[in-house]
Amino acid sequence: MSFSLTPENETKFEHLRTRYPSLRALMLPVLWMVQEQEGWVSSEAMEYLAQKLSITPTEVYSVASFYTMFHFKPIGTHHIQVCKTLSCMLGGSESILAYLEKTLGITCGQTTPDGRFTLTQVECLGACGGAPCVCIDTTYYESVSEATLSALLEELRS
Amino acid sequence: MRCSLISRLFSIPGAHTLDIAKANGRYGSLPRLFSLTPEAVTEEVVKSGLRGKGGGGSPTGEKWLLMPPLDDKPRYLVVNADESEPGTFKDRQILEYDPHLLIEGMIASAYALHVKHAYVYIRGEYHFWAARFETALKEAYGAGLLGKRLDITLHRGAGAYICGEKTALLESLEGKRGHPRLKPHTKEPEWLFGHPAVVNNVETIASVPYIIEHGFEAYRAFGTPQSPGTMLFGLSGHVTNPGIYELAFGTSMQWFLDEIGGGVKEGKALKAIVPGGSSCSILKGQHIPNVTLDYESLKCSNSTLGTGGMIIMDETVSIPKAMKNLLEFYHHESCGQCTPCREGTGWMDRILAKVLNGRGKRSDIDLLLEISMTMNGKTICVFAPAVADMAVSYIHAFPEEFYALCPS
Repeated sequence: MSFSLTPENETKFEHLRTRYPSLRALMLPVLWMVQEQEGWVSSEAMEYLAQKLSITPTEVYSVASFYTMFHFKPIGTHHIQVCKTLSCMLGGSESILAYLEKTLGITCGQTTPDGRFTLTQVECLGACGGAPCVCIDTTYYESVSEATLSALLEELRS
Repeated sequence: MRCSLISRLFSIPGAHTLDIAKANGRYGSLPRLFSLTPEAVTEEVVKSGLRGKGGGGSPTGEKWLLMPPLDDKPRYLVVNADESEPGTFKDRQILEYDPHLLIEGMIASAYALHVKHAYVYIRGEYHFWAARFETALKEAYGAGLLGKRLDITLHRGAGAYICGEKTALLESLEGKRGHPRLKPHTKEPEWLFGHPAVVNNVETIASVPYIIEHGFEAYRAFGTPQSPGTMLFGLSGHVTNPGIYELAFGTSMQWFLDEIGGGVKEGKALKAIVPGGSSCSILKGQHIPNVTLDYESLKCSNSTLGTGGMIIMDETVSIPKAMKNLLEFYHHESCGQCTPCREGTGWMDRILAKVLNGRGKRSDIDLLLEISMTMNGKTICVFAPAVADMAVSYIHAFPEEFYALCPS
């Protein structure tokens, strides 16, 4: 399996090159590009990136694996992230997580057998005033309850 | 006192768009800005006493003065929008409701610092806010506000709390792991791509337009002599009206909690407050009446103002459990560079897990204090000392709760 950026992303890459004095600084922007294009970051993609940034694939992996938001294997169609840190815990994130685990039939870190949902627990999302907060794909849902989550899951399933 | 130096446009619908922002006075500081020399702008910021609002509270103008004399080499301004400190969610309000305020502040700051290219480093989770700021940037370029004197590039992080530490942020921006750098012995600017750089928090930069437009004295009219101006304070946890409110420094904490926050949720008793993000030492409920919201008062109370993001805990909260939650956070987020931090956070977390499971000994609590001592001051950055101080403060403020969990 080989990897390449879409022509649209290639154009973006060329534009970004003008914004940074070093090629290596494009690491995070291009990793994001890859993940947004493919849904995850494969070894092939990291090899491709290494060549593009004139560094070794190991260096790309070393940096990429430092950050929690890159996936090194495919995840479900929808990524549900439950914030567990202090304000959210005080707001009831534990019961929100228990509800999601029960409803989806999976535990934290797993993907449903139909590949539709991946459930993870995350550290502070920066939504403390709207605790408990759940982030689905790229959208924050604040002050969630079992009822609002149930409606959201229904919507995502249909 | 409620203020609106930074939050003036927050409640105006559509103020995140250039037209509505401009109609409401945004970019109004530019005529005076360009009538002053860059040095005079820096002078104005120095005199205003503006302090960094990312948690550290160091004087902004003095940081700017560390930039070396002008030469033909590049110099950078980096805006820290990585806000990840639990309890803190203020910078996203600026990015969401008034992104042009940040751009206006960056134009002013870059002018003062002779900077031609600035970066905004935003935490990866803030998809919506990054998109909103990107749109505002496009509008500003379209209107000719950016492009000639200054370019701004938005750079997204990817999930690492430590990248809020300014040197880790710079490493990350350079395409490396976000490992904090060793600090020099003397005061000097930060370095990005081998060139001098200033790193400021979003809210700090967003405070600059008011100072330029109205003068430093107008800014100093708010707050206290040592903590001038205002800050976006946050309320979360067991409080009736959680949210972000702009207040002058020196406001009473009790008044803020009761009058603006509506008091503790469901009329319960107040047990404790974490004053400004999770790394600040905890304050017992009974001490709150003596505290005012400024750097000096919080220091006198053996805590810190930090980011101003307050977490309220009612009488039902188990303090050891709250501390366990934060230890999990810090263990997860330690960058792993220094052994005392990498190992210490996990060790403390495991001990407290044992204590909470009813298998702890009284000596485990002493061990927690001892580990804190081995972590404090022995690492490259202040992450480990922050964890240590936090842990010690929880145990010292509520020792009976910890010992009650230990049968022997």
